[in-house]
Amino acid sequence: MAARNPYTDSTVHLSLVTIVAEAILERRLLRDLRALGVSGFTVTPAHGEGSRGSRTGDIEGGNVRVESIVHPDLAATILQHVEAHYFEHYAVIVWVSEVGVLRGDKYL
Amino acid sequence: MLEVAGSNLATPAILAFLLGVAASLLKSDLRLPEPIYQTISIYLLFAIGLKGGAALADADAGDVVIPALVTLALGLVIPLWVYAATRFAGRMSIADSAALAAHYGSTSVVTFTAALTFLQSVDEPVEGFLPTLVAIMEVPAIVVALVIARLQLARTAGQSGDLMEALHEVLVGRSIILLAGGLLVGLLAGSDGIAPVEPFFVDAFQGILTLFLLEMGIVTARRFGDLRAAGPFLIGFGLLAPVLNGAVGVIAGDLAGLSAGGAAMLGVLAASASYIAAPAAVRIALPEANPSLYLTASLAVTFPFNLTVGIPLYYELAGRMAG
Repeated sequence: MAARNPYTDSTVHLSLVTIVAEAILERRLLRDLRALGVSGFTVTPAHGEGSRGSRTGDIEGGNVRVESIVHPDLAATILQHVEAHYFEHYAVIVWVSEVGVLRGDKYL
Repeated sequence: MLEVAGSNLATPAILAFLLGVAASLLKSDLRLPEPIYQTISIYLLFAIGLKGGAALADADAGDVVIPALVTLALGLVIPLWVYAATRFAGRMSIADSAALAAHYGSTSVVTFTAALTFLQSVDEPVEGFLPTLVAIMEVPAIVVALVIARLQLARTAGQSGDLMEALHEVLVGRSIILLAGGLLVGLLAGSDGIAPVEPFFVDAFQGILTLFLLEMGIVTARRFGDLRAAGPFLIGFGLLAPVLNGAVGVIAGDLAGLSAGGAAMLGVLAASASYIAAPAAVRIALPEANPSLYLTASLAVTFPFNLTVGIPLYYELAGRMAG
């Protein structure tokens, strides 16, 4: 029988929202996330290729990757918000994945 | 004229630019690392401001006021005709026309700097306070263009935050903070005050500019692929607009009492198109404008044109104006 993983019992399942967007949107995205009730996030510079053509990032900035662990309901709200405000004109993708975290109440 | 153009092309700065273009076309993976690019661009902006500010401290206010007002007027008028030309002659969308108006009305600090280098190489003296004019030229056109777009698109009130956000982006963006801030620092310190930092900010300037232009060559050449999408009108516009704006700038500079070198520099300011401040502001306030149109025109057509042909052309014109 496999050894029991002591972490399995104490993890809480929450949603990890990941947004990859052109860097110029960083300030605006973070402001929106805070307004929607997100309590914390991680931002990393990113670069890559996608369906959108050229963008400001070719001169400077590139993309940013914003990640936040939130309650699944809030994740849905964030997705709707990003879809409504950014998809039309900007190079933005967003996805949600389920993650297991410790100290689950920290994110709620 | 040809000789002058040739001497412009043979400077290390322009040759480095062409090397960057060649490297990119040969599919070399050469790039300046992003943090280095950022650092150099901060250095260039601050160094220009600093030097201009120290010169401003020594200048007579009376000599500066008229050129400053003329520069402001150019910044307000150029976006109007650019908007009209691209919208009605080019049949471009409101957003794309306004985006081009913002870019062509604003100015390119790197082109300005390369032109200063060129005038130095032909021993043409210029007024030291010219960087002040760069700072004045940078913002008004962006505001005018965004306001035109706002009026034409008849935006709903709920979206009016975008304009303010874009303005904020321009005013606290690094070009204005460093350029205007550098001017202020230079002004307060005076030419004696900046002497201790001159080895870094003045003596090393040409070398660092050369490195920056190498990177600009790479960035420019990466845009060449978008030229096809930009179409013949935009390419023609990208070549014609700088010549017209440059001629108007030279004439205005001459009338404002600038020296031949100074008038040539005002021509360069009017002729060049922004690719740092304007793209950021336009992306925020006019997201429906297509970056592969305005960036390609500004960066892949007008910038290399000015760098190689435009600068000696405006200099030649200024020389003839001065008699």
